[in-house]
Amino acid sequence: MSAGKEFTKGFWRENPSLVLLLGMCPTLAVTTSAFNGLGMGMATTVVLIGSNIIISLIAGIIPKKVRIPSYIVVIATLVTMVDMFMAAYAPDLHSALGLFIPLIVVNCIILGRAEAFASKNSVGYAALDGIGMGLGFALTLFILGSIREVLGNGTLTVFKYKEVLLQFVVYHKEAIRPVLVFILAPGAFIALGFLLAFKNYIDGFKKKNA
Amino acid sequence: MENRTFAVANSPHVHDNSSIQKIMWNVFLALIPATFVSVYAFGFQAARVIAVSTIAAVVFEYIALLFMKRDWRACFDGSAAVTGLLLGLTLPSNISTGIILIGSFVAIIIAKQVFGGLGHNPFNPALTARVFLLIAFPGPLTTWPLPRGLENASKFMGVATTKVADAVTTATPLGAIKQNAVQAMPNININDLVFGLQTPGSIGEISALALLLGGIWLLYKKIITWHIPVAVIASVGFVALITWRIDPKHYADPFFHFFAGGLFIGAFFMATDYVTAPIFSTGKLIYGAGVGLLTIIIRLWGGYPEGISFAILIMNAVTPLLDRWTVPKPFGFQKVRSKS
Repeated sequence: MSAGKEFTKGFWRENPSLVLLLGMCPTLAVTTSAFNGLGMGMATTVVLIGSNIIISLIAGIIPKKVRIPSYIVVIATLVTMVDMFMAAYAPDLHSALGLFIPLIVVNCIILGRAEAFASKNSVGYAALDGIGMGLGFALTLFILGSIREVLGNGTLTVFKYKEVLLQFVVYHKEAIRPVLVFILAPGAFIALGFLLAFKNYIDGFKKKNA
Repeated sequence: MENRTFAVANSPHVHDNSSIQKIMWNVFLALIPATFVSVYAFGFQAARVIAVSTIAAVVFEYIALLFMKRDWRACFDGSAAVTGLLLGLTLPSNISTGIILIGSFVAIIIAKQVFGGLGHNPFNPALTARVFLLIAFPGPLTTWPLPRGLENASKFMGVATTKVADAVTTATPLGAIKQNAVQAMPNININDLVFGLQTPGSIGEISALALLLGGIWLLYKKIITWHIPVAVIASVGFVALITWRIDPKHYADPFFHFFAGGLFIGAFFMATDYVTAPIFSTGKLIYGAGVGLLTIIIRLWGGYPEGISFAILIMNAVTPLLDRWTVPKPFGFQKVRSKS
């Protein structure tokens, strides 16, 4: 496969959330606002790129029997770094995501890519795969977070860092009552279900016309 | 096939000439007394809620069937209309039309057609929509107008109200008990709960008598069996009786729990939904007892004043297990002894 395809597959064809259905825990839990989803996606992307590169480099010297624990050690190290960086430089986002940052360690996407791709491919391809998959994941979380935030709160928070706040008010809460359930857990499942159905519908449409 | 002398059809071989339409329109008929009482009690507003939810449910069914390239005539089989009517009956009468439309959408599209349409939905569509709305719009879904508007306001609340407001809202009897049982208990009049003309509540739940009438019609027509309603009401009564005997000051008596809230509409019309209730008698009894116990537990010690909708949905989830567990033994069945 060409390098370009390794990069773009994460966005649509092998999108980690919508096709591989991996990383459901952060996908459902933190997407209460668009920016939370984006932040989670970016944190995962950083860890994914790092772990893919390192694991691709050391895959040859790890004994096969202990490869999973070794991957976990690598991933956990990177997650701890991301966790501390976020706590230092983006404390608001860090407290909003809370427990789900340390939980990136057990995110199936990262371990899945390490096992299925990075350990079998060269460093360049592994890095591209990490970037593509990570950004695809971040994009999905951003879209899911946008849907939930607009429906459940009437706003769309694109960026929030210290004093800089880029937030659109889609409709006023006084005029139109927001559907509160979309901010809560059931709304996450419903929104994800419809997003999945929509993607499959487009895929089916494409296949028919191809 | 036509050349064969003996065509072998699949079972069942005995038909009683029933159909989805017949069953659904009978359920519709059985709900008419409750609907009339509510329209009488809440006036035009109740008629509006019921009409919007029923028509919207049928329209959404039609759209979904078109979208999935199925036979669109299935939207007139009555199942969508019954779902819409049941949803309308579980809502307060002053709810805005937009919320009703969202409710009908959730009931038909999300709770029913997404799972494959009639017969494939794991959860009761009307109740799924009601619980969805309760979580999505907690404010409007828990504001209960008094029946007959201001005429009864002074009577019920003990304050003189002149014509200053369009409607008066107040807590349901169950809500009042939840807030302060000791204070609310002496004000409760069982007659009001039975006839339902003076108690606040959802459109369809106010008159226990009208619902009972509908339930008896369903039993008479053999649309439902006695197992589920009896098990639900008996288990609610059992727990209520125990708690009432222990502490009559803080716990209401069983009759209050029978006639207040949505117990009757739930027990007769919601819990008995063919698609989401167990098939076999033993399973129905266990299912009904589960619904009743969960209802009374939520009512007495839960966070919400009324729990029957949650109870039925939880037991809906258990239904497939109950169906596997309670398969009756065929006549003459013997367990094969293992050689040991």
